[in-house]
Amino acid sequence: MAKSKSKSERVNDNAELSDNVDASMAPRLIGKPQSRLSALFESKRLGWAALAIALILPFIIATPYTLNVMTNAAIFVLLAAGLNIVVGYCGLLDLGYVAFMAVGAYTAGIIAKSFELPLFFTIPAVLIMTVLAGLIIGTPTLRLRSDYLAIVTLGFGEMIRLTANNLAITGGTGGIYGIPGLQVFGIELQDPVRFYYVCVAIVSVFVLAAARLGKSRLGRAWRFVREDEDAAEAMGIHTYKVKLMAYIFGAFWGGMGGVLFAAHLSAVSPHSFVFLQSALVLMAVVLGGMGNMRGVVLGAIAITLLPEMLRNFSDYRYLVFGILLVVVMVFRPQGLWPSRAYEPERGFEGTKRSRARAAAKGQTS
Amino acid sequence: MVQLLWNGLFVGSFYALVALGYTMVYGIIKLLNFAHGDVYMLGAFIGFVALSGLGAIPGSLSLVALAIVMLISMTLTGFAGVLIERVAYRPLRGSPRLAVLITAVGVSFALEYGVSAIFGPNPRVFPVRLSNEGATMFGARFSFAQIALMVIALLLMFGLDTYVRRTSTGRAMRAIALDPKASLLMGINVNSVITRTFFIGSALAGAAGVMAGAYYGNINFLMGFIIGLKAFTAAVIGGIGNIRGAMLGGLLLGLLEAFGSQWFGGQWRDVFSFAVLILILTLRPTGILGGRVTERV
Repeated sequence: MAKSKSKSERVNDNAELSDNVDASMAPRLIGKPQSRLSALFESKRLGWAALAIALILPFIIATPYTLNVMTNAAIFVLLAAGLNIVVGYCGLLDLGYVAFMAVGAYTAGIIAKSFELPLFFTIPAVLIMTVLAGLIIGTPTLRLRSDYLAIVTLGFGEMIRLTANNLAITGGTGGIYGIPGLQVFGIELQDPVRFYYVCVAIVSVFVLAAARLGKSRLGRAWRFVREDEDAAEAMGIHTYKVKLMAYIFGAFWGGMGGVLFAAHLSAVSPHSFVFLQSALVLMAVVLGGMGNMRGVVLGAIAITLLPEMLRNFSDYRYLVFGILLVVVMVFRPQGLWPSRAYEPERGFEGTKRSRARAAAKGQTS
Repeated sequence: MVQLLWNGLFVGSFYALVALGYTMVYGIIKLLNFAHGDVYMLGAFIGFVALSGLGAIPGSLSLVALAIVMLISMTLTGFAGVLIERVAYRPLRGSPRLAVLITAVGVSFALEYGVSAIFGPNPRVFPVRLSNEGATMFGARFSFAQIALMVIALLLMFGLDTYVRRTSTGRAMRAIALDPKASLLMGINVNSVITRTFFIGSALAGAAGVMAGAYYGNINFLMGFIIGLKAFTAAVIGGIGNIRGAMLGGLLLGLLEAFGSQWFGGQWRDVFSFAVLILILTLRPTGILGGRVTERV
């Protein structure tokens, strides 16, 4: 009880502050959620509930088709979580996100196939390759205005696809077939149900990690850069480094998505990595609510499931997606489920540790 | 060698026409109009519809018919550009850059798949095919159609350059590019000038679309994607926001590509031009003709 009271006092404190904050840019609501419904949406148990649903679903419907769709949705959630780090937290527009997925998938596929390694052992190589790719694109462009990044990543996505198309090692237009499946200590995990569970496990770890990253010191720096880069720089944040970090984290998440993708299909080909895919991941992030991991997860699931449900309107669905992007940006730029960013104040009271230190100091002097 | 130069300059003039729209819009409202490449595609499809409507055209009149269709297409794509600006970009002026960029992606998506929904996803064959006649000079082949298209492109560019340098609207455009707020205070109708800019830029892209359709013979709904990227590269090479820079950048990119595909093979052409883009952004992000830009807070 005492805790909630102190929170509501904070709301009042912030109400005075909010005069000199531009309402359109600032976090929409500061402090405790107002209604019971929004309290439900902010509840920490929500993530566990979602995980529970994901784990129980195969017991309810387990046709090969639904398992396939669900596995796709899980992989898509991982991609969206990664892109959320770049776009949602840091405010950098990446339009070639599947390029990292391609790098991950091809690295894993080529290494696993030529050395006959289980896919899990390729992850260090995937890490190195995606970070390298992130550095190649990030280093020159992140120094410039964010618009350049958008279009360079767009070009990069095409470049990776065309390179994969042209090189012999990537199998050209045909791609790579017969990638060995996931295997841990001799246990075969390629069976659809088992594979789905492995995916859910990996994806939830990565989603959780991304969400935690967003709350870390680095995550605060990202949001500061997103809201006002110049102010962030003036406050001593090395914006270039921080942006590069966001980009590289995003790259690794994308690469992991690629590994799962390669394991799922046991084949990779350049056709899987067209701009449309990048745009769909972006749409999941934007519609779900940039910066809010829960919204993004929900958006990713919606974006994978909707086309399955709207098969009859397949001619128009991307047209609708495009219009939806414009409409959302014009009327609700924060996305459907935006983050309720509120920063616990660390002003006068300080953190627990600093209070303890101050108390100790007071006793000694 | 001469053949490579000529082909490069020819393709480059398309890039330059599209790059102009990019650079004008960017110079004035600092917006990267992702949908610009798709306006080019739209122009090609409008040309396709208009030419199909004209019916059978005798080969001798094909250039005249093409010129008329080009005018129609330019007008319509110009209005399409104005409409896009009104509906999608104007409500977001002054909002965070990310929101505007995402809107632009949305517009591009809507245009691509809107056209795909109407005309189907398969490539369409352009009803007019330009004759292949030409002359051989210096060991290279110049077809008359190429020369004609090149002349049209150059005329359009010169027209634009004079328009921006000599007329009062052009002066207003340059003023807004320098400082929109001060221009507003000086009595310039900023919105109408922006509308006009979108009209001109989109019309040029539409003209390029019709020309490309007539020259290459077939069109599809994704044709604007790659050329949008290339045109952006061209605009960056020349210094984005700089009109003459965009023309120069377009021609230069065409030449680079012609030589690049000669050296590395045609399948690497697009990879090569993106590599050029990344290289330019690393070495000289302001481009050849771009001045130093200081970001003001």
